[in-house]
Formats: sequence, structure tokens, C-alpha cells
Amino acid sequence: MAAQNRRIGDQPWVRRSLIGLALAITLIILVIPVVVIFTQALSTGWSAFAGNDLDEYTLDAIGLTLFVAALTVPLNLVFGTALAWSVTRFRFPGRKLLITLIDIPFAVSPVVAGLLYLLLYGRNGWLGSWLSNYDVQLMFSWPGIVMVTVFVTCPFVARELIPLMQQQGSEEEEAGVVLGASGWRMFRKITLPNIKWALIYGVVLTNARAVGEFGAVSVVSGNVRGETNTLPLHVELLYQDYNIVGAFASASLLAGIAILTLIAKAFVEWRQSRAEHATPEEGGA
Amino acid sequence: MSITIDQINKHFGGFQALKNVSLDIPEGQLTALLGPSGSGKTTLLRIIAGLESSDSGRILFGGDDVSQLHVRDRNIGFVFQHYALFRHLTVAENIAFGLESLPKKQRPSKPEIRQRVAKLLEMIQLPELAKRYPAQLSGGQKQRVALARALATQPRILLLDEPFGALDAKVRKDLRRWLRALHDEYHFTSIFVTHDQEEALELSDQVVVMSQGQVEQVNSPTGLYARPESRFVFDFLGHVNVLSGLVKGQKLVQGDAWVSLPGIRQDQEAQLYLRPHEVQLSRSPAAKARLPLRIEAISLIGSEVRIELAPEGWQSDEIWEIGMSHAEFARQNPTRGELWYAVPDVGHLFVADNVQPRTIDWQYTEAANASNM
Repeated sequence: MAAQNRRIGDQPWVRRSLIGLALAITLIILVIPVVVIFTQALSTGWSAFAGNDLDEYTLDAIGLTLFVAALTVPLNLVFGTALAWSVTRFRFPGRKLLITLIDIPFAVSPVVAGLLYLLLYGRNGWLGSWLSNYDVQLMFSWPGIVMVTVFVTCPFVARELIPLMQQQGSEEEEAGVVLGASGWRMFRKITLPNIKWALIYGVVLTNARAVGEFGAVSVVSGNVRGETNTLPLHVELLYQDYNIVGAFASASLLAGIAILTLIAKAFVEWRQSRAEHATPEEGGA
Repeated sequence: MSITIDQINKHFGGFQALKNVSLDIPEGQLTALLGPSGSGKTTLLRIIAGLESSDSGRILFGGDDVSQLHVRDRNIGFVFQHYALFRHLTVAENIAFGLESLPKKQRPSKPEIRQRVAKLLEMIQLPELAKRYPAQLSGGQKQRVALARALATQPRILLLDEPFGALDAKVRKDLRRWLRALHDEYHFTSIFVTHDQEEALELSDQVVVMSQGQVEQVNSPTGLYARPESRFVFDFLGHVNVLSGLVKGQKLVQGDAWVSLPGIRQDQEAQLYLRPHEVQLSRSPAAKARLPLRIEAISLIGSEVRIELAPEGWQSDEIWEIGMSHAEFARQNPTRGELWYAVPDVGHLFVADNVQPRTIDWQYTEAANASNM
């Protein structure tokens, strides 16, 4: 009798072995490598760790990485919101195609993306040769790095917003306009508070990817130390120079950012589910 | 403010949602747009509001063409089917939204707004819920808040999209009565969309029946019920019993069933529509009709006993329904499985392609015949 009342797959041995397997895999492929990064980075002591991270080139790489993220995130925040708005609030031919196209950066390998940009904007590229007539060089300098990073991270915000905005529908916005609200007031007072947490979530993901992007950036950067070297590229350069501890010290910075991202993500998810289920907090007046 | 709808057309892709709709909504009345889903009633309401644009035609408020006016400048109240309350604002903030959206010159001061909101909360009988969020309200409370929010800026026109659709029967009845009272007190011009014929007939001054993007009939509830002008309106206003057959020698015949049709001489195909309260049950056939039916089910709930019957020796697409008072039921005592005969008092005959029915009153013709003798 009892066995029949049980749900499918709910036998103790199935449950135990599946949970055990999941835990083991997580440990082996996720947790241990992260722990190793920090132990390696600190293997020669704190002062060596600090010395490695305060090295001039490393500081330059940190600076460039943060600079690229600081440009990429707002750009994709605006782009993602605009795109999500247009595909969820308007009906137009090609709308479905646009929703599919937004996933291209997810589908294409970042290296390929980098090569495409090089082909297009490089000195001998279609647009690049025209631009070089005006002495504008995009590739092998920071604008190129920003361009490919924007490309690689552009789906995150839109991907978060589209399902939410679809589910919420436009009735509240219509109600706002019927009540006489201007377009801006409607967006600020109705749309934005409703999508706030999804938007922040998208930003967190965009930022994490912008900081960590390697493939596309390595193609267009040119790896000039102190100029076009981002933190992930710097890790690889150090590693190829047999400076293992230095490489891990820089890598631990990236891992640290990743862990902060995870915490931020968990917090936002928690706020999001709270916002959906219970009372929202006092709206800032 | 009266509303005039002048030859409105609307397509969605290849689908024509509204076909040349023209309509007059008198000032201060409560008008129902009644129709099945897909009849275009919500589209029409949204075009009146300005939430949707029409392909051609005009909308006039009190004689002024507002077709080109943006929805935010039309100064209407709109109540959405699913309330569309702002989920991150409190009840009081929701109600205040319209007042706070007014241009600076017309906007009341903050204390004034607070006062107006308090008054509206009083009106919807929910002053204790001012600080709640929409997610903490019941369906009926949400609907009241939505109404208060729509009325806050004192619009002259109130539009409601299926206002009671998502509520349970008891709350719906209360809210209906309350809306009617509110309307009688404030005298705005209101239009509400519904697919519930009972709601339309009970609540409105004027009913507009719509079907497939066109207006089928416009009349007061009593007029509409007494004189449905088409098969569609008949079918839509509640259950109707149909005998379709051939007219032969002033009789409508099908199988074992026939009904005498005094004055109809042409032999042709016809359908006789009989409403549940226009038919009586008898244990034997009458001189004017022979409609054998077997009792399938008896429902005692409500003010009337509802009896469902199946044709015996003839055919009908739908089951027949006949209403009987409880006193009559106790006297006649019909039981399931018995064979009875339907005797019509009043019927509505649709002949061939004629759209409008011809009403036949046997009581009247019998009386006339009797006095002739």
C-alpha cells in the first residue's frame, strides 16, 4: 500500500544515489577548482599574493577590465530594456525573428565573434579600412574590446526581461496612460518598479560576463601589456610566462568577483521571489 | 457626455474585428455591450477609450470628434478586466495616481489629494485598506479599488471591460447592485462589456448585442427580451426550444410533432422558437399542437422548476427546457421518464431566409376564434 502511495521515482535508494551523485559532481567539477585557485594563489604567502596583485601590469589589467565593464553594462542595460520593451509591447513583422536573433551571442563561440569583428573593423576589413582613412583604429585598442564585450553580453538583460514583461502584460501600463500619465511617468512609476529585480539580475549577469570574457577579447585585443590587456588575458600571459603563482593570484581576483556575483545573484533572486509572492517594500516617493 | 460611434472599422491582420459599427450612447445611461467572445465588443470599448485605433470611422464625445485625441487626453475612466492595479503601490497610492498625473496647473495640492482619496475610499467602503497592496486584496476589493481609481479624476465617461468576469457569483451580485447605485448617484455615461446576458439585462439601461463585429440589435433590456429581432439574439439571451420543420396547410410539421400556425399559408421550411416560460406541459396533446417529449431531468433549484425533455418521435438539435412554478409542479407532479406534451402560448417563427421572426400568440388567436364563433 505504502509503496503505491509514493510518487514515481521516490524510492529511498533512487533519492540517495541521485543526490549523492549530484553532490559529488558539484564538488569535483565546481568547488574543488575554485578552492585550488585560492590555495595556489596563496601558496607563497599573503605578501607574495599582494605583491603579485599590486604589480603594475596587473593593476592596469584590473583597471581596463573595470573600465570595459563600466561601459558595457549601461550600454546593454539600455539596449536590453529597449529590446524587451519593443518585442513585448508591440506587434510587428519579424518580431519572432528578433527574439531569436537576440540569442546569437549565446549560440556563437566568442572566438568566432571576435574574428567577425576583426574582419569587419580590422585595418583591412570592410568598415575598418574606411575608418582607417580617418585615422580611427578600433581593433587592438580598448574600443574594440568594448565592442566585442557588448556583443557577447547583449542577451542577458533582454533575456531576463522578455519573459517577465510578457507575463505581466501591458494592462498596468495602459491603466497608467488612461489615468493621464505621460510616457516617462508611466515608465518610471509603473514599468520600472515592476521589472526592477529582473533588470538588476540581468545587470549582475552582464557584469560577470563582461569581466570574465576571454575568447572574443583575446582576438581583438592584441595583448599589449599595460594597454589592451584585460584581467582574463593577463592570467593567460602570466601563465605562459611560467609565473604560476602570479597567474593564480590574478585568477583569484576573477574568482572573487565571481563569488561576489553569485552572492548578489542569490540576493536578487530572493528579493525577486519575495516581490512576486508577498508585499513589496515601501515605494520610494 | 453622450458618445457617438460613427462607422468604425477595425482589422487585425486578415481578421475584421469590427464591420462598419455605428452606435449612439445617450448621456448618463449605463449601456451594455453584450456578445460572445470574438464579437468585437472589447475591441470597440478599447477604440472608444483610445487604447486601440480604428482603421476608419470616428468617435465623438458630446459632439466633439476625439478620434485623433490621445487616450491620456480623453479624460475617461477605464476599468480593466483583471483590474490592472499597480502592484507595487498601495491602495491609496493607486487611487491617487490619476490625480498626481494631472498637469501641474490642474493638480490638486497634496493635502487635497489625500482628502479626495479618503473620500473615494469611503465611497468604496474600504477605508481601512488604504495601506494594503493589491496582492493582499480579494477579487471584489480589487474591483472596487479599480473603480475608485478610475473615478478619482471625475471622468464624464466610465468604460468597464468585463467588470465582474473574474468574481464569484455572490460577490458579483453585490458589486452589480453597488455599481448601479453608484451610477445612479453620479450620472456619468458608462459602457460595460459582458458576455453574460443576465448581467447585461439586469444592470443596463440599454443593451447592444454584438456578433461577428456587427451590432445585431440595440434596445432596452425589456424591449430586447420581448422582441429579439434575430436568431442570434434569441440564442444568446438564454435557452430557447426549437422545432424546425416544414409548413404544410397552416401547420409546422416534423416527424410526429406539429404545431398549428394560423394565418401562415405558404408551404416552406421554418423554425419555431419557444422560450422556456412560453410553453406549458400537459399530459395530453392540445388542439393547437402535438409535441411529445419525454422528461429527462428535473431541477428544483431556484424560483422555478426547470424540466429538461427529449423529443419523442421527432428531432431537435438541443434538449428542450420548460419552466414551471413550484405550485404548478406540486399539482401536476411530473416524474422522470414520463411522456408529456408541450403546449405553446407564444412562439416566434423564423421563415426561410427572413432575418426577423414573426410572433405567434396562440392565446390571442384562440380568444379571437372563440369570439368569432
